[in-house]
Amino acid sequence: MSHAPHSSLPVGHYAYDEVDRTFLKQRVAQFRDQVERRISGALTEEEFKPLRLMNGLYLQLHAYMLRVAIPYGVLNSGQMRTLAQIAQRYDRDYGHFTTRQNIQFNWIKLEDTPDILALLADADMHALQTSGNCIRNVTADQFAGAAADEVIDPRIHAEILRQWSTLHPEFTFLPRKFKIAISGSPQDRVAARFHDIGLMARKDENGRAVFEVYVGGGLGRTPIVGVKLRDDLPEEDLIAYLEAILRVYNEFGRRDNIYKARIKILVQALGVQEFRNRVNAEFVAMDRARYRLDEKIVAAIQARFGVPDFDPAGQAAEKLIQQRKADRAFDFWVRTNTHAHKQPGYVSVTISCKPAGGIPGDVTSAQMNLLADLADQLSFGELRITHLQNVVLGHVRQDKLYALWQTLDQNGLGTANVGFISDIVACPGLDYCALANARSIPIAQKLSERFASPELQREIGPLRLNISGCINACGHHHAGHIGILGVDKRGEEAFQITLGGAADQDTVSIGQIIGAAMSEDETVDAIARIIDTYLARRTAGEQFIDTCRRLGTAPFKDAAYAPA
Amino acid sequence: MPLLENGQIKEDNWQVAIEGEALPSGDVLVPLARLSEGLGRNNDGRLGVVLNAGDSVEELRSALPRLSSIQVTFPIFRDGRPFTQARALREHLHFEGEIRAGGHILPDQYEFLLRCGVNSVVVPEGVDAAVWQKAHETFSVAYQPSVLNEQPEGFAFRRKLL
Repeated sequence: MSHAPHSSLPVGHYAYDEVDRTFLKQRVAQFRDQVERRISGALTEEEFKPLRLMNGLYLQLHAYMLRVAIPYGVLNSGQMRTLAQIAQRYDRDYGHFTTRQNIQFNWIKLEDTPDILALLADADMHALQTSGNCIRNVTADQFAGAAADEVIDPRIHAEILRQWSTLHPEFTFLPRKFKIAISGSPQDRVAARFHDIGLMARKDENGRAVFEVYVGGGLGRTPIVGVKLRDDLPEEDLIAYLEAILRVYNEFGRRDNIYKARIKILVQALGVQEFRNRVNAEFVAMDRARYRLDEKIVAAIQARFGVPDFDPAGQAAEKLIQQRKADRAFDFWVRTNTHAHKQPGYVSVTISCKPAGGIPGDVTSAQMNLLADLADQLSFGELRITHLQNVVLGHVRQDKLYALWQTLDQNGLGTANVGFISDIVACPGLDYCALANARSIPIAQKLSERFASPELQREIGPLRLNISGCINACGHHHAGHIGILGVDKRGEEAFQITLGGAADQDTVSIGQIIGAAMSEDETVDAIARIIDTYLARRTAGEQFIDTCRRLGTAPFKDAAYAPA
Repeated sequence: MPLLENGQIKEDNWQVAIEGEALPSGDVLVPLARLSEGLGRNNDGRLGVVLNAGDSVEELRSALPRLSSIQVTFPIFRDGRPFTQARALREHLHFEGEIRAGGHILPDQYEFLLRCGVNSVVVPEGVDAAVWQKAHETFSVAYQPSVLNEQPEGFAFRRKLL
C-alpha cells in the first residue's frame, strides 16, 4: 500500500510555485554567465571567488566542492533522486551529509556546475547561501512535525526565514557567516545555544507562536554558549527583530580579523546588556509595519506545506511489540533508532549513516535511491537530514518497521547506533579540506571499528563523539561529550581530546581539552581507556556525560595519558 | 570618475573636497569631519557628505535638510556596512536626496545597492554600463521588503523587481 500524499503538495516542506522556479532559473543563468567569464579569463579567480561561494562552490585540496542546500533538512524523494543523479554523473558516486543538514559533493568540475545547478533547479533545489558571509541554511529539529513533544512545527518559520534571507540586499556581505536554528519543542534538538541566533518557539495563550531568542552562541575557534536576548518575542515581530539583530551586527561586528568577526565576539565585547540595548534601539526606530510578520503570511506559507494523511493506528503498535519480542536485534535497533511520534501507530526512524568502519555522513547514489524509494513507500515521500549526519523517515507506521529494518540492514543502513559512541560526527578533514590540520575520517573509521560491538555500545550507553580536523570546529568537537580536535604537531597530524561538551538545552557546555596532542592510534587507545574508566567509575544508570561532570576530567586525563 | 545612474553613465558634476585645501565653490562633497565647514559656506552650491564605512549616519541627522547628496563608501566590496548606512538613511532619517555608492563595488552588488536606497554608483572611467544594467535585470523577484516598497509578488514577503 502506498502512503503517497493525496494532495499534490510535498509533505514536510514548502512547495515552490512558478515565481520561485523562475527565480531559480534566473540564478542558474547568472551563475552560468559568471562561470563562462571565469573560464574565458574575463574574471580572475579573485573576482570569481565570492561569486562562486555565493553558490556553494568551494575550491578544496583536490577539486571543487559543491554544497547543496537542504532547507531545514527536509527534502522529498524526487529531490533525493536528483542528488543521487548528481553523485553518479558528476561526482564519484557518493555525497556527504553535513552538520547544517545539507549535502556536499567533493569531486566537482567547475565547468559542470551550471548544469548541476540547473538539474537542482528542476527539482526546486539550489546551493544558495551554503557559503559566504551571509545567512546560511536555517536548520530545524529533525523530528519536526512528528515529535510527540513538539508544540509548534518550526519548519514553517524556518521557511519564512529562508525566504526572507534569500539574497537579502543588506545582509549578503556580513562580517562573517551567520547561522540560525529553530526548534518548536521544549527539548532542544537543534543546539540553539550554539548558533548565531537560536530560536525556541512555543505557543502563547491565543495559540500564536512566541519565541525565545538566543544570540551569540557558536563553536569554531572561540566556543561560546549563546545568551538569551528575548523570552517572549511575538510572531509578528520575528522578522523585524531579526533585522534589528543583523543590522547591529552588520554595523558593529569586527571586520579586521576573520577569527573575531562572528556575532558572538561582538556580543561578548559589548556585553549582553549593551548589545540588547542597541538591538532594542534599532527595533524601536525601524519601520515595523514594513517587516511585520502578519498571520496571513504565516498561513500562506503553511498552506504550501503538504501534511501526511495518516492511516488509523489499527493494530500497528501491537504488531510491533510482537516483532520486537521475536527478534532481539530488531528490538535493539528500535530502541536506538526510533523516536516517539505524536500520531498513534506511527514513529520516526533515524537511519544511521555511520556503519562500523564507514565515513560518517557519506552515502552512495544507490543508497540515496533506496532511501527515496523507502520514503515513497513508508513516509509520504519525505526525508530529513539531521545535523548529526543521519537520515530520518519522519512518519513510519509501526507495523512497517520490521520490513524497513530488514531492507536497511541488507543495504548497509541498518546500524543500531544512533546516540551511541559510533554515531560519530566528523568534518571532511584533511582528506578534502584546505583548512584542515589533520584527517578526521580515518580516526572516525578506527573508532567506529574499535567500538563496533553492539553489546559494548549498549553497555556504554548514550555518548556523543565529535571530530574536527582543525580549530574551525566544523565537526563540533566542543559540543561532543568526547571531542577530538585535529592539530598540526611539528608537521605531523595529531589529535587533542576534549571532554564534557554538550549541546542539549538544559545542560549545554563546552568541552575542555584534557592534554597534549597524540597520534591517531594513541588517541584511539586513549579514548578506549577513557571509556574503561567511565565503565569502572559510573554509578548505576549514570551516563558518560554525567560521570564526567561528577568526577571532573582528572581521572579521565590520567587514563588517557597512562603509560602503555 | 563618472556616475552610473538608471543604467546610464553620466558625468559627475560634484567636486570632492581635497584634504588640506579650502572648499571650492559649486557642488561639493565633504568628509564627515568637514561637515560644519561645508555648512558654513555662503550659498556656494549644493553640499554633500562622503561617509566612510565606519561613520554613523546619525551624525548627519541635524544637517540632513541641507544635504543634497550622501556617498557611502566601500573600502572593499566584501565590507557590507555601506548597505546598512544607505538603508538607515532612507528608513530612519527619511533622507530623500541622492545616495551614491563609491569605492570598491562589483556589478553583482548593484541590485542590493538599489534595494538599500542607493541611486547612483561612482564607477571607473570606461566601465560598461550594460554589465551593470544586466545585473539589475537578472532577477524578477525578491524575497523581502525593501525601502523601495516594491509591489508584492503573490504572497508572503515576495516583491516584484521588474
